[in-house]
Amino acid sequence: MKAPKFPQQVISLAIIFAILLGGLIAARILLVPKSFGKYGHYRADAADEVASLDIKYAGYKACLECHDDIYVIKEKSNHRGLSCEVCHGAAAKHIEAPDEFVPDAPRGRGYCPLCHGYNPSRPTGFPQIITLQHNPGKPCMTCHNPHNPLLPHSPEECSACHREIASQKRVSHHSSLPCEKCHTVPARHTTDPRSALPKKPTTREFCGGCHDKNAASPKEIPRIELASHGGRYLCWECHYPHHPEAK
Amino acid sequence: MKENKSEKPNRREFLLSCSKAIPLTGALFFPLSAARLLLAQESGDYDPTVHNYGMGIDIHKCIGCGRCAAACKTENNVPLEPHYFRTWVERYVLPSEGEALVDSPNGGIDGFPEMNEDIDTLRSFFVPKLCNHCTNAPCVQVCPVGATFITRDGVVLVDEKYCVGCRYCIQACPYGARFLHPEKKVADKCTFCYHRLAKGLLPACVEVCPTQARVFGEVGQQSSPLRRFLRFNDVIVLKSSLNTLPKVYYAGADGEVR
Repeated sequence: MKAPKFPQQVISLAIIFAILLGGLIAARILLVPKSFGKYGHYRADAADEVASLDIKYAGYKACLECHDDIYVIKEKSNHRGLSCEVCHGAAAKHIEAPDEFVPDAPRGRGYCPLCHGYNPSRPTGFPQIITLQHNPGKPCMTCHNPHNPLLPHSPEECSACHREIASQKRVSHHSSLPCEKCHTVPARHTTDPRSALPKKPTTREFCGGCHDKNAASPKEIPRIELASHGGRYLCWECHYPHHPEAK
Repeated sequence: MKENKSEKPNRREFLLSCSKAIPLTGALFFPLSAARLLLAQESGDYDPTVHNYGMGIDIHKCIGCGRCAAACKTENNVPLEPHYFRTWVERYVLPSEGEALVDSPNGGIDGFPEMNEDIDTLRSFFVPKLCNHCTNAPCVQVCPVGATFITRDGVVLVDEKYCVGCRYCIQACPYGARFLHPEKKVADKCTFCYHRLAKGLLPACVEVCPTQARVFGEVGQQSSPLRRFLRFNDVIVLKSSLNTLPKVYYAGADGEVR
């Protein structure tokens, strides 16, 4: 049987198409990665490549395998739930080579305020300090143990909290007076300051106890006629008792 | 009728033969599936099909310390200079009049400067942000080369080798969660620390969050911490009107959060 005869132009077109089709198939086989389209329109191996990256943070469970002593203390403290690596930094290298890489710890005053520095946007009740006023210059660790951060001890002197008043009073004529001379301080005020506030003088007669001309007090103390001096004003409406200006 | 009966089995015969076939097919298939299960358990292989990850963020708990953003940069080798973040913390300041003011200096890593005292502030709070790992992700839809995709465990990833750096996805993301990596010249974004998940660890930001403001877990499993978070909190997702179906849920979010 005679093969059907195709016109020359059809044959050459067919050859061109065959080459193009072959090229397309070859390009697809060579260029499209094997895993492309396995689970969707993407290269399935890409997920495995991301999954195989190295970790930097080991996770607190790895830390507690060796440092369980610290973990036990920390879990009872206010820092429970705080991962070790928050302060000590990424420590996966330390798990691999415990002696070669030792995680550091921030020891200055810079790090703790990142959480505990006063910031009005923080949730109410989160423990915060004003860094400039709170024992300036002292590293936090002098008083606070970061693994068991309680208030170090209840303050013994009023100046621990009322620093500005104390420094003013120190250079004033009232420098020799203890705070308790005018304020009665409930014992609870040192541990729970806002629930038990100290009392302040309420009457003119209180100041008059030293400054009235008939008062039984040392002669050097400036005197006034309590009945006529300042009219109906209370003494501290004109004189600031922590820094009285009058001679 | 008679001829028919001899050629075709009647109903009783057919059912009987079927009942014989059931244990046979069972015997064929059961060992396969059982063996696969056992193998997976023994080798500790990670099976992505059983997971669907999501994150919960409790805005009431965020103290804006920026440890999450710092840990993310370390864990994922994100360039240290500002403007490149996989996760960052925003500070919202709501003035008594006008629009909410939002700032995030260096992602909150170095803390936040003092608030402008000239503004009469009603309220202020912190909102951690990251890729929302949308179920219906616009970035995946627009990628012309199939370089960004949703894995079988519900994480949106970028294929570094396939990405051509055209920035379509960066434009398409309504949450601004993507950036062009300055050295690799490919799109980069949060992976939920995919490399950590495969090893049974939590994402770095969740690991270091000092107040547990971030909760990570399975969207679909009742026993997951995230389900618990979703049950016990009224949550919102960001820009829900866009129907992107995000899987990062915010609790305690002010109406101004966007």
